[in-house]
Amino acid sequence: MATAEEVAKAAERRDIRDRWLLSAPALLIIFLAATGPLLIVLVYSFLTPGSYGDVKWQFSPEAWVAVFLERDIFDDTLSIAAAHVNIFLRSIKLSVITTIATLALGFPTAYFMATRSEKTRDLWLFLITIPFWTNLLIRTFAVLQIIRNEGIINTILLKLGIISAPIQILYTDTAILIGMAYVYLPLMVLPIYASMEKLDFRLVEAGYDLYATRFQVLRRIIFPLVKPGVIAGSILVFIPALGAYVTPSVLGGGKNMMLSNLIELQFGQGRNWPLGSALSIAVMIIVMGALLFYVRNAGKSGVRHG
Amino acid sequence: MAKNFSIKHQPGFTAIAATCFVVLYLPIFVLVIYAFNAASSTSEWGGFSFKWFQSAWQNTQVIDATLRSFQIGAFAAVFSTIFATMAALATTRTASYPGLTFKYAAINQPLMVPEIVTGVALLIFFSRIKILTGYSGLGYLIAAHTAFCIPFAYLPIRARLENMDLTLERAAADLYATPWRTFRRITLPLLWPGILAGLMLAFVISLDDVVITEFVKSGGQDTLPTYMLGQIRRGITPEINAISTAFLLLSVAIVTLFFFVSRKRD
Repeated sequence: MATAEEVAKAAERRDIRDRWLLSAPALLIIFLAATGPLLIVLVYSFLTPGSYGDVKWQFSPEAWVAVFLERDIFDDTLSIAAAHVNIFLRSIKLSVITTIATLALGFPTAYFMATRSEKTRDLWLFLITIPFWTNLLIRTFAVLQIIRNEGIINTILLKLGIISAPIQILYTDTAILIGMAYVYLPLMVLPIYASMEKLDFRLVEAGYDLYATRFQVLRRIIFPLVKPGVIAGSILVFIPALGAYVTPSVLGGGKNMMLSNLIELQFGQGRNWPLGSALSIAVMIIVMGALLFYVRNAGKSGVRHG
Repeated sequence: MAKNFSIKHQPGFTAIAATCFVVLYLPIFVLVIYAFNAASSTSEWGGFSFKWFQSAWQNTQVIDATLRSFQIGAFAAVFSTIFATMAALATTRTASYPGLTFKYAAINQPLMVPEIVTGVALLIFFSRIKILTGYSGLGYLIAAHTAFCIPFAYLPIRARLENMDLTLERAAADLYATPWRTFRRITLPLLWPGILAGLMLAFVISLDDVVITEFVKSGGQDTLPTYMLGQIRRGITPEINAISTAFLLLSVAIVTLFFFVSRKRD
């Protein structure tokens, strides 16, 4: 005779088994077309490049050495691979500046949206959502049309007589920066808005009652309360910016490489799949680092005030 | 204190927000306006015309790429939404159980990895399978799109489920409904807006993808975005503006629909 406890246990086991069965298709396809291939990249990064792309199944740490170091073809000595290091630093620098720029623009925008009346808030949210869901390539192309030599910025400046020759913005780092800030801006606004919306303005009022200035209220009350949104937004912008492919290849014009273009090069003309794999894993490591930072900080600032 | 003192005001913020919205929409407007430019160069205005829409419409490459995008998007959206719905049912309204955290991590994994990395990973993996099986059809693209659409489809479905309490389902069970009947008659109708929202999100996400498609596709398998990327790299004609405008309208239509569906409360 089964006791009530045993029956309950069996039911729970059945429930867990059913839940595994239900999630199996999703887990399987993600493993086959996302996680699994990633593990293969890790393996490939330790193999020898084949002559026509792909790899020879022979262990070699050479690809990892080549991520940051260069082996001299004559005397085998190692020196720092300036080209790779530069691209790493450039990508990180551009991603950080993009994050800061979108934060500077996005924070006030989210604040503005959150302080509207309940009805109009939905409209502003909708207006932010539209560009967010518009194809990234189309938005990049839109920026291209604005900043190129014959674009409206240069045309207006020329007509006004402010400049006498068009400013070359396209195919520079500035172009990549403008493009990335433009396409990732909604990713910053949305999470900040989400935490701003929940902000209790009675706390702000209390701050003013205690003779705080506007800036003090902003820095000491509002900012700490919406910090989780700020961190989430920064992560959401930084990670895709670091791995950005479309924007630098359209606006950077091939010369101003970012990490993704370097990786693509190794799989295309470079025919060095192990190096491409090692670079991909290196990007993943930076991304994981950023995510870890996020998890830690979001946890800490989760403490509710008041 | 000033008479019109508003606690919700911060100096300069409204101006920045206004700038922000103008900056977001200005390039898109310029793009759309130039789609109606009669001149064949994109640097001058030659009068209003629909000719670039016409030329895009007659371009078989564009039509092929569009149909392929829709085909992949439809399959990926349906598969990912079905899988995401099942996964959402398996991961919500339950006490924590062994493997639950793993499931969250696995489902969200495609979001954590930069697209370029997933792209090259699939390039390696699928090129090997292509050699092994000899199959080089759209299946790879559909599988890849399904995988990265799952987290997006999962989001609204899970949100909807979490806001549903179990009372009605328990009542149905008390009235001797079988689990399947309860699901079909109670859970599914209540969940429907979430599923619809997930389906639309997944479709838009699939339509938008450039990077992963670029690496996974075989020759002659251009989708609309990869076709456009190729054209933009070669030099721009107003035809790209026309295609972009049409594409834009479609996305806006879907997002508008999504906005209303997911906001609908019962």
